[in-house]
Amino acid sequence: MEKLRRSMMFVPGNNPGMLLNAGIYGADTIILDCEDAVAITEKDSARNLVFQAISELNYGTEVAVRINHISTPFGWDDLKRVLPAKPDLIRLPMAQGPEEIRQIDEFISEAEEKNKFPAGSIKMMAAVETPKGLRFAYEIAAASPRMVALAIGAEDFIANLKTTRSKLGRELLAARGQLVLAAREAGIQCIDTVFSDINDEEGFKRELELIKEMGFDGKSVVNPRQVSVVHDFFAPTAKEMDHAERVLAAYQEALEKKSGVISLNGKMIDLPIVARAERTLAYAKAAAGKGGK
Amino acid sequence: MKNSIGREIPDFIPGLGKVTGFGGAFAYKPVGRTAGATLTTCLPRADKLLASIETAIDAVGLKDGMTISFHHHFRNGDRILNRVVEAIAKKGIRDITLSPSSLNTVNDALIPYIEQGVITAIETSGARGKMGRFLTEGHLKKPLHIRSHGGRAQAIESGAIHIDVAFLGAPACDRYGNINGIQGQSACGSLGYAIQDAAYADQVVAITDNLMPHPLFPISIPQTQVDYIVVVDSIGDPTGIASGALRYTKDPKELLIAKYAADVLDYSGYLQQDFSMQLGSGGASMAVGRFIKTKMLERGITGSFGVGGMTGVFAEMMEEGLFKMMFDVQSFDIPAIDSIKKNSNHLEMSASYYANPHNSGAIVNNLDAVILSATEVDVDFNVNVITDSNGVIMGASGGHCDTAAGAKLTIVVAPLLRGRLPMVKDAVQTVVTPGETVDAIVTERGIAINPKRLDIIDKVKHSGLPIMSIHELKDIAYKLCGKPEAIGLSDEIVGVVEYRDGTIIDVIRRPIL
Repeated sequence: MEKLRRSMMFVPGNNPGMLLNAGIYGADTIILDCEDAVAITEKDSARNLVFQAISELNYGTEVAVRINHISTPFGWDDLKRVLPAKPDLIRLPMAQGPEEIRQIDEFISEAEEKNKFPAGSIKMMAAVETPKGLRFAYEIAAASPRMVALAIGAEDFIANLKTTRSKLGRELLAARGQLVLAAREAGIQCIDTVFSDINDEEGFKRELELIKEMGFDGKSVVNPRQVSVVHDFFAPTAKEMDHAERVLAAYQEALEKKSGVISLNGKMIDLPIVARAERTLAYAKAAAGKGGK
Repeated sequence: MKNSIGREIPDFIPGLGKVTGFGGAFAYKPVGRTAGATLTTCLPRADKLLASIETAIDAVGLKDGMTISFHHHFRNGDRILNRVVEAIAKKGIRDITLSPSSLNTVNDALIPYIEQGVITAIETSGARGKMGRFLTEGHLKKPLHIRSHGGRAQAIESGAIHIDVAFLGAPACDRYGNINGIQGQSACGSLGYAIQDAAYADQVVAITDNLMPHPLFPISIPQTQVDYIVVVDSIGDPTGIASGALRYTKDPKELLIAKYAADVLDYSGYLQQDFSMQLGSGGASMAVGRFIKTKMLERGITGSFGVGGMTGVFAEMMEEGLFKMMFDVQSFDIPAIDSIKKNSNHLEMSASYYANPHNSGAIVNNLDAVILSATEVDVDFNVNVITDSNGVIMGASGGHCDTAAGAKLTIVVAPLLRGRLPMVKDAVQTVVTPGETVDAIVTERGIAINPKRLDIIDKVKHSGLPIMSIHELKDIAYKLCGKPEAIGLSDEIVGVVEYRDGTIIDVIRRPIL
C-alpha cells in the first residue's frame, strides 16, 4: 500500500517553536522548509535547525525537507547539511527538467552510502511552478526511482502565466490536469498547491472538492488548522467504505478459490477496482487513526 | 506537618497563627453558625447620599486595623479600589486588611500604600503583574492569603473573613441603595461577588456614577444592605471592564487541545441530553465550547445549564436553544453583559450560590463537566494556577478548585510545553487544586486520565485519542525540554493557599531569585 499524503504541511525551518510542534497536528507529511519561508539571511540557521529537528525529535510521521533550488547558492548546502539526518523525503521547488532530478538523486545516493543508510531510502518529490517545468512534468516524474510525487506551486506558476488567482481556479485548470496526467503516467502521486487564505474555509473546501475530483492525492497546507479539513475531505463516505470492503472480500474469495474471474453482485471486478478499494480503505483507516469523533 | 497531599505546612504561620492542613477535598466537616453583619438601623427619611468617598470613610468610622472589601467585576477598568485606598491613606489610617474578590494589574498602583503600611494584609484570589512580583517578595505583615471564589464566600459566611466595610462599585444605584450591574456607562453584568460582601459586611458603601430614581429595577443588591451612597464621575473604564466578544482562539495548538478535550468529554459519556457544564475563560478551555457545540448540533442534544464566568460564547449557545439556563457570577465580555440584561434565563448568582462548599449545596455540585486551564500540573494530577516557573505569584485561584471538586468530570487543559518549559512535572510548585478532584489532563501531545477514574479509562480506551499515563506525558515533556531545576526557596512564607474548606493546601515560600 502506498504512503498516504493527503496533507503535506509546510513548517518554516527557522522557527524552533513551530519545528518542535510540527508533529502534533496529524499531517501525513511535514515539510520543513528551507526555501520560501526563510529569509536569505536565515538560510544557514534554517538548515542547521532542520538538521537538529530531524535528528532529535521523533515526529512519528513522514518528514520532508524543501530545499532551495540547486541553481541558487543555497540548494547544495541545504542537501549537504540535512541529508545526514536522514529525512524521508527531499522536495525540490521550481523543477525545470529531469537533469536536475538526476543530479540530486546522485548526490543523495552518495550521502546514503557515506552515512550507511539503505540505498534508495530517501525519497524525492518535485514542485512544478513554471510552464517549462510543466512541459517536462512526466520526464521530471520519471527521472529517478526516488520520485514519489509531483506537486504544483501555484503562485509562481500564475505569475508566469501573467494572470491572477481566482476563486474558481480556472487559471490553473490546464496545469493541474496535465500534472495529474504526468504523475499518473509515471505512477507517482500528485499534490496540489497551498491555499493561503487560512480564514476562508469555504474557499478552501471548494478547492478541495475540485482537486479531489481531478485526481490529486493530497494538498500542501500552510497552517495546522487546515490539516483536519483536508483529512475530512479525503475521508471516504460510509457507502464508499462499504463497497470497498465488499470488493476486497470478493477479491479474497476469488483468490482462495483460485478463480480468474472476480465478481460482485453479478458485476465483473478487475484489478484497478480492487486497487481503488484498497486505497479507499487506507484513507478510511488513516482518517480513523487520529482519534476523536 | 505534612498535609494529606504531602506538602510541608508549618502548624503555626507567622501572622496567621495556628493553621489546619488540608486533609482531602471532602474531609473537613464545618461546625458552628454563620457569621453576620452587626445590627443597624436606618431611620425613615434619612439620606444615605454622602458628598464624597472621604466623607464616607468618616461616616463608617474606618479605623486602623479594619478589613475593607471590594469586588473585581470591573477588572482592569476598576476606578474604585485604588481611589478608596488613596483616600484612606490621606486620612492617615493604617494597618488595613484588603479583602477584594480579586486583584488586577490596574491595582499595581496599590504597591506604594503597602510600602507605607496603609495596607498590611491582603486576602484575595490571586495577583498578577508587578503586584504579584511585589507580594512574592513578602512586604505584608501576614502572608498573602489566597482563597478560591467559593472559599472566599465560605470564609465570609463562617466569619473567617470579617468585612468591616465593603466599598462596592455600583453601575446603577438608586437613592436608597438598591444596586444592579447592568445599567449605566460602567455596566459589568453580574455582581455575584459584591452580593456576597453586601450581605455580610458590617457597613456597605455604594459608589456609583449612575444615580437612578428610587426604586431601581432590577435589584441585585437590596437597599436593606446598603448604608451609604457616594456619587463620583466614573467608577470604571468601560474598555477595561469588558472586551468586545471574547472570540475563539485561532492558535492551532490550543484548538487541538480543545478538540481533544471535547472528545474526552464525549467518550466519557457525560455529553448527554440535559448535561451541564462550565468553561474556563482561557483560550483552549473556551475553544472547547466550539467543538462541544458542533457535537451537540450533530447529535441533536441540548444541555441543561451553564455556569461561570460567562462569555458571549455561552450566551450565544443559550440563545440558540442549546442550553436552557446560565448561572453567572461574573460576566466576562460585552455580549455576556447584554445577555444578562435581556434574557430572564441568564441568572445572576452570588459567590456562595456558585461555589461555597459549606452551604446546603452550591451550583458547582450540579455540574456534569468543567473544562479548566492550568499553569502546570503534576503526576499526582495536582494543578497550579498561582505561581510561575520562577515561583513568582502571577495568577489567581478563581473558581478552579471549587468547580473541580463539584463537577462529575473535571478536564484540565494545558500545553505540554510553554516555550522551553514542561508543564507536566513531577511536582507542581504550588498546589491550588488537588489531584483527587481532577479527572483528565489534556495536552497537545497526549491525554492522561486519573487512574482512580477506571470508568473513564475504560470508555476512552478505544477512542483512538492519544491516551497515556501521566508519567508518560511527563516523560515526553522532560525528553523535549529537560527536567526543570528546582526553584531555590527561602524559609519565609509569603503566601498561603487556602482550599475552599478553609484548610491550608499549600504555602508559597519566597524564592531566592
